[in-house]
Amino acid sequence: MTEAQTYSFFLGCVMPNRFPNLEASIRKVLPKLGVQLEDLEGASCCPAPGVIRSFDEPTWLALASRNLALAEMSGHDLITGCNGCYGTFKDALAVIHEHPDRLKEVKKVFKGMGLKFDGKVEAKHVIEVISELGPDYIRERVTRPIKGIKVGVHYGCHLLKPSKNRPWEQTQKHTFLDELVEATGAESAKYKDKNLCCGAGGGVRGSQVTVSVDIAKEKLDNLIEAGVDCIVDVCSFCHLQYEESQEQLNKELGEKKYQIPVLYYTQLLGLAMGLDPTELGLDKHVVNTQPLLDKIQD
Amino acid sequence: MTDSISRETIDSKDIDPEFVDEIVKAGADRIRTCIQCGTCSSVCPSGRRTAFRTRELMRKALLGLKDEVLSSHDLWLCATCYTCLERCPRQIKVTDAIIIMRNMAVDHGFMLPEHRKASQKLLSTGHAVPIDDANREMRKDLGLEELPPTTHSNRKALDQVQEIMKRTGFKDLIEGEKMEGN
Repeated sequence: MTEAQTYSFFLGCVMPNRFPNLEASIRKVLPKLGVQLEDLEGASCCPAPGVIRSFDEPTWLALASRNLALAEMSGHDLITGCNGCYGTFKDALAVIHEHPDRLKEVKKVFKGMGLKFDGKVEAKHVIEVISELGPDYIRERVTRPIKGIKVGVHYGCHLLKPSKNRPWEQTQKHTFLDELVEATGAESAKYKDKNLCCGAGGGVRGSQVTVSVDIAKEKLDNLIEAGVDCIVDVCSFCHLQYEESQEQLNKELGEKKYQIPVLYYTQLLGLAMGLDPTELGLDKHVVNTQPLLDKIQD
Repeated sequence: MTDSISRETIDSKDIDPEFVDEIVKAGADRIRTCIQCGTCSSVCPSGRRTAFRTRELMRKALLGLKDEVLSSHDLWLCATCYTCLERCPRQIKVTDAIIIMRNMAVDHGFMLPEHRKASQKLLSTGHAVPIDDANREMRKDLGLEELPPTTHSNRKALDQVQEIMKRTGFKDLIEGEKMEGN
């Protein structure tokens, strides 16, 4: 609906308020790929699909529609770097497209607020836009290939599912993110249960943290077994889960077993494009990224 | 001695025959086709380590055991990974059914205290996870605005978000009497 490659950047909650280093890396890297970002002024929580949608679906739909309306009024499609927010927007748009009465309901809530919304805007994920550019496009822009690094790729759930309402190829074995990781020069490692959920969503991390961290632990153990040098994710909530769960698990164990650096894709790509680790916020991680950076420079 | 098979009717005040109708109406339209194959339980990451059984939840919903389902902790163990929905051989929207039942639970006053807290944060700030001092500092260090360009730095936008939550009834739902003592 809009001119090529300018998007309204939707931040959400976890990215700007807990991991602003991921936000910084997206703001640094996307323009270098020819993708311009405009702030979506006054946006709120998406709101979270597993929690707020679970509590009161009409409130979830109305607030999601408000965020989409802000983008629609700005004339740009929305872009987000969080799988949860992406899930909310894709699924809210599907509800509105399939049930016109729900759009009417939302418009009634918006009455007199100056919000214009027809559900014509699109919502995209940062990695969706990068994958549309393609691995070859990325490879051409890599100036410092990430050599000798084994990456554990984590797609996350809401990026891919429900598959009926996602733009990807219909398969349960996706490769687009692995290909984008390998375009930086790194190797995407095979590991057990790669498509397992991080365990954070659905309000589980918020209310039943022991179960949530135990799900993360299963994946972390599989990643250690595979000998990866780092995790690469594309979701601020999965990111929070892997960063914070490792610290929690180490505390419980009384030893530092879990020390896998966790990078967002644009941090890995930024390094491969010659950006300084500090610019990408790599000095602001819960799990120290220095061992990885040292290994890359060797 | 009789050669006919005696009829057993489950007759219990715990059964609400309209429960499943409500779930169907809210969008989980194929739930009645469940064959109890257990695929949903077998792929569930929460079920791997807890007593949560998605199949059991679906069966109880079909039986109409409304109060038991809505007051159950298990309802909140689903991480909404959608694997069960993807794999269900009957194409039942299992995850959607769980979310529908969660909405009903909250409407009946069953809400975990942590979830109420997150909702209150959304009501007061527009963010379920609001900014804190450490992250204000981190944002500045990174060369970003100290406050993100969201409801955090825009009073009018926050007013609008709060008005929407008033109009949809969310404010009453979270702060109302139903939630007291929960």
